[in-house]
Amino acid sequence: MTAIDTAGLKTMFDAIAVAIEADKDRLCQLDGVIGDADHGIAMVLGFGAVRDALAALDLSAIEPTALLNTAAKSFLNAVGASSGPLYATAFMRAAVAVKGKVTLADADLVAMFQAMAQGIRDRGKAEIGEKTMVDAWQPAAEAAAAAHAAGKTLAESLEAALEAAKRGAEATKDMIAVKGRSSRLGERSLGHIDPGAASAVTVIGAMRKGLA
Amino acid sequence: MQTKKIINDGNRSVDEMLEGILAAHPRHLKSAAGSQRSIIARDGPRPGKVGLVIGGGSGHEPTFLGFVGKGLADAAAIGNVFASPPPDPILECAKAVSGGAGVLFMYGNYAGDVMNFDMAAEMAAMDDIEVRTVLSTDDVASAPRDQRHKRRGVAGNFFIFKAAGAACDRMLSFDECERIAKKANDRTFTMGVALSPCSLPQTRRPNFEIGPDEMEIGMGIHGEPGIARGKLKTADEITDEMLDKILDEMAPARGDKVAVLVNSLGSTPLMELYIMNRRVKQRLDDIGVSVHATWVGNYCTSLEMAGASVTLMHLDGELQTMLDHPCDCAMFRAG
Repeated sequence: MTAIDTAGLKTMFDAIAVAIEADKDRLCQLDGVIGDADHGIAMVLGFGAVRDALAALDLSAIEPTALLNTAAKSFLNAVGASSGPLYATAFMRAAVAVKGKVTLADADLVAMFQAMAQGIRDRGKAEIGEKTMVDAWQPAAEAAAAAHAAGKTLAESLEAALEAAKRGAEATKDMIAVKGRSSRLGERSLGHIDPGAASAVTVIGAMRKGLA
Repeated sequence: MQTKKIINDGNRSVDEMLEGILAAHPRHLKSAAGSQRSIIARDGPRPGKVGLVIGGGSGHEPTFLGFVGKGLADAAAIGNVFASPPPDPILECAKAVSGGAGVLFMYGNYAGDVMNFDMAAEMAAMDDIEVRTVLSTDDVASAPRDQRHKRRGVAGNFFIFKAAGAACDRMLSFDECERIAKKANDRTFTMGVALSPCSLPQTRRPNFEIGPDEMEIGMGIHGEPGIARGKLKTADEITDEMLDKILDEMAPARGDKVAVLVNSLGSTPLMELYIMNRRVKQRLDDIGVSVHATWVGNYCTSLEMAGASVTLMHLDGELQTMLDHPCDCAMFRAG
């Protein structure tokens, strides 16, 4: 059994910041094809701000909920854009999902993961198949829940989430965008991976590394 | 290869620009206390007046902050390059300009802007500030006619904000200001053409590829692909192609009046804009539509993109009055 405390969550966010920084140019290039080329910049700014905000916290004095709310606020204020409200809502929902807990067990982390995906879906008002980050987050959350219910470890559940996210992101190639800026492209968005789905894979991969 | 820019640090470009703007226009502009990305008109916000907050990503100057001033917008929330501002600076703008009569949020229709401005509106409601939103959707190329609500807001912002700002400055009611803002949007139509890409200060890489002899009709102001790419044509042919689309939707009758905006996307010079405007006037003369006023220049840019847009606002008596209403902004004056 895992027991993730605030230090463990900070490790997770630090891992995401490192992974996104390394992925910045690829994300900007993906976004340049069907958007305005700034997605990598926004994600690096956001997770960099989260890393800095968490570094300033006294981790022994707060619970996971406060840490996740700090992450939400710092991401939002650094970024704006589309990814700001989407990831900020994910972290705020994560904060609500683990309210009152001091350490997070496997079931809590899987619930947190579900809440993040649902928050992104609610804020963006997007559904599966619309060529957005929901196409990675939603199947990832479902895969993690299914694996956990089948008695798998946290590492196995998050591995299943990552694989599902990768398949979901890959599938956006064959979708026509109906949400966000790329939706103005219509059929010309075909054949390109959605940058938000691509960065979701990076985030989920780093969460797996950082948590288990 | 990186593009050439006169910058210090790509990540600081927006804030350094704002410092420069506040230094240049102290009589018109200030930033809200504790929120440098909230630019407030020194003259304009007052009790009983509907407040007008505009905003969006940077890189479109003089949109948005150049249109902050008496008679136009009361405040602008400033985002990173091509990225919506987060809710906090938008909320600070709303607080700074609220005169107790309500606050209008007006901005271009982009998913990120909608999410951030909506979150700010929810936060303003908690401070007892009533916010209503009117999105600009003037880009004819960005969605079919029956999906007008999905279209982007582009250079037509200038006319739409101008009309709404005048309504607010004339101390009209919240309902009236909202109605006029919506009507201004409904009657404003823009088409753009891009010749060469722009590059973000942070990446300094061209944000799309286009052949040396190509143009793209309908490209968005962030380099979003347009509706058709082809060989570069003459000014008259390009202008005709844009006007055909605009006039088809606007369907003006003989004797109707319009306002004209010929806008550079950044690096296209005035010479070319005036060549286009010559054709616009010829075409409007041909169909008996009179030009009430014309603006030519940089009004809504896309960093250093080459290209231009043509906007027509289909006037009625009320919109004409609003366009003629005096305003005094840092980068634009009328009346």
